Amino acid sequence: MTAWLVHRIMQSLLVVIAMTAIVFVAVNVIGDPVAILISPDANQAERDRIIVQFGLDQPLWRQYLSFVGGAVRGDFGNSFVYGMPALQVIFQRMPATLELALGTLVVSVAFGIPLGLYTGMQPNSFLSKLTLSASILGFSVPVFWLGLILIMFFSVYLGWFPAGGRGETVRVFGVGLSFLTLDGLRHLTLPVLTLAIFKISLVLRMVRAGVRDVVPQEYVKFARAKGLSKQRILFVHILKNIMIPVVTIVGLEFGSLIAFSVVTESIFAWPGMGKLIIDSINVLDRPMIVAYLMIIVFLFVAINLVVDILYTLLDPRARLTGP
Amino acid sequence: MTSQTELSATATKAPPVASRSPARRLVREFFSSRSATLGIFLLACLIVLALVGPLLVPQDPYDLMQLDLLDGQLPPGAQSAAGGYTYWAGTDDQGRDMLSAIIYGLRTSLAVGVGSALIAASLGTAIGIFAAYRGGRAEALIMRLIDLQLSFPTILVALMILAVLGRGVANVVLALVIVEWATYARVARGVAMVERRKEYIEAAECLAIPRRRILFNHLLPNCLPPLVVIATVQAGRAISLEATLSFLGLGVPITEPSLGLLIANGYQYLLSGQYWISFYPGLMLLVIIVAINLVGDQLRDIINVRRQK
Repeated sequence: MTAWLVHRIMQSLLVVIAMTAIVFVAVNVIGDPVAILISPDANQAERDRIIVQFGLDQPLWRQYLSFVGGAVRGDFGNSFVYGMPALQVIFQRMPATLELALGTLVVSVAFGIPLGLYTGMQPNSFLSKLTLSASILGFSVPVFWLGLILIMFFSVYLGWFPAGGRGETVRVFGVGLSFLTLDGLRHLTLPVLTLAIFKISLVLRMVRAGVRDVVPQEYVKFARAKGLSKQRILFVHILKNIMIPVVTIVGLEFGSLIAFSVVTESIFAWPGMGKLIIDSINVLDRPMIVAYLMIIVFLFVAINLVVDILYTLLDPRARLTGP
Repeated sequence: MTSQTELSATATKAPPVASRSPARRLVREFFSSRSATLGIFLLACLIVLALVGPLLVPQDPYDLMQLDLLDGQLPPGAQSAAGGYTYWAGTDDQGRDMLSAIIYGLRTSLAVGVGSALIAASLGTAIGIFAAYRGGRAEALIMRLIDLQLSFPTILVALMILAVLGRGVANVVLALVIVEWATYARVARGVAMVERRKEYIEAAECLAIPRRRILFNHLLPNCLPPLVVIATVQAGRAISLEATLSFLGLGVPITEPSLGLLIANGYQYLLSGQYWISFYPGLMLLVIIVAINLVGDQLRDIINVRRQK
């Protein structure tokens, strides 16, 4: 187990290093940083001064090393727009995004697992078929359009929920949180619903497929023969065994929720990382884009690592096969 | 005696299945589901609409000469100011008939989505089959690359590629191909791993048939069925992703709007209650993706990707 863990962490580090190289090449070699940093009517002396100042006259590998050196210390340079360290701006926006992602995760699991269990246990009932058809719709609907439709119906037509913003926040340990106030919850509802429809459909289908796989197995028949109650069989014997793929998927989906916050945050004017990166791309705020990318790489490598570790803890068989 | 009756019973049951060709059996199985039949019907209609659409619609929405600013922001069902025709899906701020714009947008969306899926499928399949056949260090390297790529969400990777390259139809297709090839490669390698151990490949190798012919004429056709399933699902995703990127302003240019860009254009009018500019293009998008998913679901059931792996 320890050897596996060390191997796995080394592998993660390798990915991070590889990604810094890719990000560096993508952002610093393609396109001309000088063109963005200097106004077009600057004279040659001024250009040379800036080129030396930003180390652009150095060979590529040396530029890369100084970039990595900065990255290790958490220094990605100052944002062109905000005029402060890019990393700091991102960390300020991060809680809003995490709140949205976690809220969605809670909602999708809270609805997806019971619906999945029901449709798996009662595959032929009318309600199951209706739920499954609805889940195809939930799979297909483009997230951004769903957001617009929800705004149209619940904000413009019914006026029940606000169309954007974060609402009132409560500061907990210096971090503003929306879900602790009623106003914040009202602001949270539509973005969470937008993201959750797809995830509910996904969890539902995973759980349903798991139930359908597990129910015909011997140990379930045996538990039934032993005279165990239906609830005990369902929640202990069946649920425990289908949790492995569900945990993996939910963990990985957490990452995709952060990715899709790019869309939802833009629609609902939610002040998180996703909206920040879209704004930064539109104004070519290079340090911001690089910092965001590195955070994302780090985040995803971490999520994958945690999911892998959880997986081995949940499923003893995975431990034996090793790396 | 009993065994003989059983035998004859199975014998009378078996022939109709056995005598039919596998292709015909698959087609029959496919149409046994009502929702899949609906899906393929919708898909066929949409493709025909995309091909002949410009001949049917009342105006070319990108010929500024045909637009009348007086017709701006009309609700669905309104008459044009100059008389003549009815705007069944309303008009946008420049007096563009939304129905015509949607059909033109459908063409762009389908072309970009299906085109990128086809390119990514060919590329990914070639790489996956090569990895499985070659084995060794090349395979390990390719698999690592696939793992690395798939551990990042497609939308972010595509976003970054377009942030570097800028918007444009070719750039969007390139970005979609880059984010999609890995899925095909992984599936293709999985199937090819199973297939290459079978006797017919061994037989072909013993006959000293050139490697290229073994790969393309023997291995590839037998790996195709699961890849067709993946390609269907991925084409739907590609269309959705393209729409999302265009909505965010990083996709196709304003001169060749897809459905996603039409939705983005209507976004600013949504809050003042002019829902139709965003609503109908989105509905079209939803119909495309639902139709593709219905077909993909049924294909997956009858081909059974999991069993093939």
